[in-house]
Amino acid sequence: MAHLNLFAFGIYPYIAIAIMVIGSWIRYDREQYTWKTSSSQLLEKKQLRLGSIPFHIGILGIFLGHFFGLLMPKEIWHLFGITPEMKQLIAVGAGGLFGLICFFGLTVLIKRRLTNPRIRATSNTMDIVILFLLYAQLILGLLSITVSLGHMDGAEMLKLMAWAQNTVTFNSVAAAEAISGVHWIFKMHVFLGMTLFVVFPFSRLVHMLSVPVQYIRRQHQIVRQRFVR
Amino acid sequence: MKVRAQIGMVLNLDKCIGCHTCSITCKNVWTSREGVEYAWFNNVETKPGIGFPKEWENQQKWNGGWVRNKSGKLELKIGGKRRILANIFANPDLPEIDDYYEPFDFDYQHLHTAGDTKHQPVARPRSLISGQRMEKIDWGPNWEEILGTEFAKRKIDQNFNEVVQKDIYGQFEKTFMMYLPRLCEHCLNPACVAACPSGAIYKREEDGIVLIDQDKCRGWRMCVSACPYKKIYYNWKTGKSEKCTFCFPRIEAGQPTVCSETCVGRIRYLGVLLYDADKIEVAANTPNEKDLYQAQLDIFLDPNDPVVIAAAKAEGIGDNWIKAAQRSPVYMMAMEWKVALPLHPEYRTLPMVWYVPPLSPIQSAVQAGHVGMNGEIPDLKSLRIPLRYLANMLTAGDEAPVVRALERMIAMRAFKRSQQVDGVEDAEVLQQVGLTPVQVEEMYRYMALANYEDRFVIPTSHRAYAENAYDLKSSCGFSFGNGCGDGNNGVNLFGTKAKGVRQVIPVEIQE
Repeated sequence: MAHLNLFAFGIYPYIAIAIMVIGSWIRYDREQYTWKTSSSQLLEKKQLRLGSIPFHIGILGIFLGHFFGLLMPKEIWHLFGITPEMKQLIAVGAGGLFGLICFFGLTVLIKRRLTNPRIRATSNTMDIVILFLLYAQLILGLLSITVSLGHMDGAEMLKLMAWAQNTVTFNSVAAAEAISGVHWIFKMHVFLGMTLFVVFPFSRLVHMLSVPVQYIRRQHQIVRQRFVR
Repeated sequence: MKVRAQIGMVLNLDKCIGCHTCSITCKNVWTSREGVEYAWFNNVETKPGIGFPKEWENQQKWNGGWVRNKSGKLELKIGGKRRILANIFANPDLPEIDDYYEPFDFDYQHLHTAGDTKHQPVARPRSLISGQRMEKIDWGPNWEEILGTEFAKRKIDQNFNEVVQKDIYGQFEKTFMMYLPRLCEHCLNPACVAACPSGAIYKREEDGIVLIDQDKCRGWRMCVSACPYKKIYYNWKTGKSEKCTFCFPRIEAGQPTVCSETCVGRIRYLGVLLYDADKIEVAANTPNEKDLYQAQLDIFLDPNDPVVIAAAKAEGIGDNWIKAAQRSPVYMMAMEWKVALPLHPEYRTLPMVWYVPPLSPIQSAVQAGHVGMNGEIPDLKSLRIPLRYLANMLTAGDEAPVVRALERMIAMRAFKRSQQVDGVEDAEVLQQVGLTPVQVEEMYRYMALANYEDRFVIPTSHRAYAENAYDLKSSCGFSFGNGCGDGNNGVNLFGTKAKGVRQVIPVEIQE
């Protein structure tokens, strides 16, 4: 069991991140033509608006929450005078809110993809797989709130933070140990999260790496020289 | 002064017979692929009508093009950069496929495989998107062909705005029509380029052709909304936007675009225009919409002016380009004779495809001898197509340039008629429209005879610019995909379906 734990939470994360980074790199380099949002708005607009906007707002909120919540050392939180109990309350509140917004959007999007004949016929396997993976991950995340509500002391959360911070600092054994005692729902959530990293380069998720932030500072018109003089 | 060259096009609507050869040859070359069945880089509309996609000219609805904002600055009508990014998850101004039409095919195979039946077998339509049976086709790429559909539906055509008593044009005796072939305008101030969050769309410096970098396009689809001519199409299969390429591989080789080459009416002209790139912003931002046509003319530079030639050379524009600009049919028609006008200059994109307005039959009253004559020329108010309608389409509502163009065309006919039939040169008719006999002979040569060498004056890519052929060895040549890989095949790691597999719905024979 300990071996399995070490593999799932001490080794698998590195495999997953390696696949994500190297895979995305190869795809960007070799297959940029496939690098896209894969929008299906042309074929169906109403349901997309209803689902896509809350989905994206929710998932961006959740992403930022996880990023700072897991990776910011507890000493820094302490510096701001935020105790683990308070931090867990924030996590449960904000995570729950964005989670529910995202849940609504994702439900609409899944229904749309499966039931609209135009969208269904033009979907590829990965479009559907990725929706269900995200859905499962989101439901696990929302379920974990019920576990958290059972003990609001923040101890469970500190273990997860220790796992994440040990992972990014390459203390894989310590990371696996830190997470070994948490509730199985958290473990499933973490494992599935790593799996999302694995499928990332093979799916449309890559479009998140192309957030067009430079557009704000860009000149309106672009003129290209075909031949360098 | 920053001199740049642009390949422009003129379409002589007076000679367009609406045969759609341009659309079909364009389709065969560029968009006969899955994902763009619905897209027509070139299409021909019958006007008045709402066009393709539905009501594309209604910018209250689609928000295409540019507007002057409150502080007098030029801004995209879909909004500033922040608003564009804020709408990135779901673009509120994007047309849906039904605004174009649901592409379809017919189950022709059934005609071959149908067994012995009581009734004649038929090929029934099937959606090319969902693959499902379509019981009724209710819109297509050219649904309004030759005044198809009721006038009540066609009269919301935006060009009818401020046309007096537009309802009378619904009457059989009063009705009128004209053809409008449309393609990408390859604008000097393209709204699509400005709206692209990825920066994938660009204007080529050497010939002004606007292209989408298929590798850089991420499918944010803001260009589709921003283009007021709705000439950018989202390919639902590849997830990238596509547009008219002005057949750049042909242009580079000195050949006309496919639509121009195959035009049986010889209505299309291609030529080089030299313009001052520094003036673009000011011209596009002209406060009064009716001044936009003149502002656009003011950007162009006289290719025979030694100062312009020296400046062009300093910018690296080759001699053959300058020579081509000097005998450019587009420059002659747009600038010298002013018979070619831009399509909807009020969108402020400075379009580079120009249109010679169509003459139309003079109302029967005129033929019966009650002609309102304006000197030697019949009063244009008696033309079947209302002047205001043409002005709304070509000069942001200013009738004067349309009148000048039409009068010059009538004068050319009158002059040539008296010369050829009566054997006299009627110089009076020319004086009235401000043309010299020499000019009219040129106009006649270019617009009536329209020889191939006069219609298409395209310089080839300058030899000094030519690519190093050694670097191109073992490459793929021109392709739609990612070099040799089309980025879209069945064994792809990234999970796309094999393309081009279309299923025929089996038809059950009922006795």
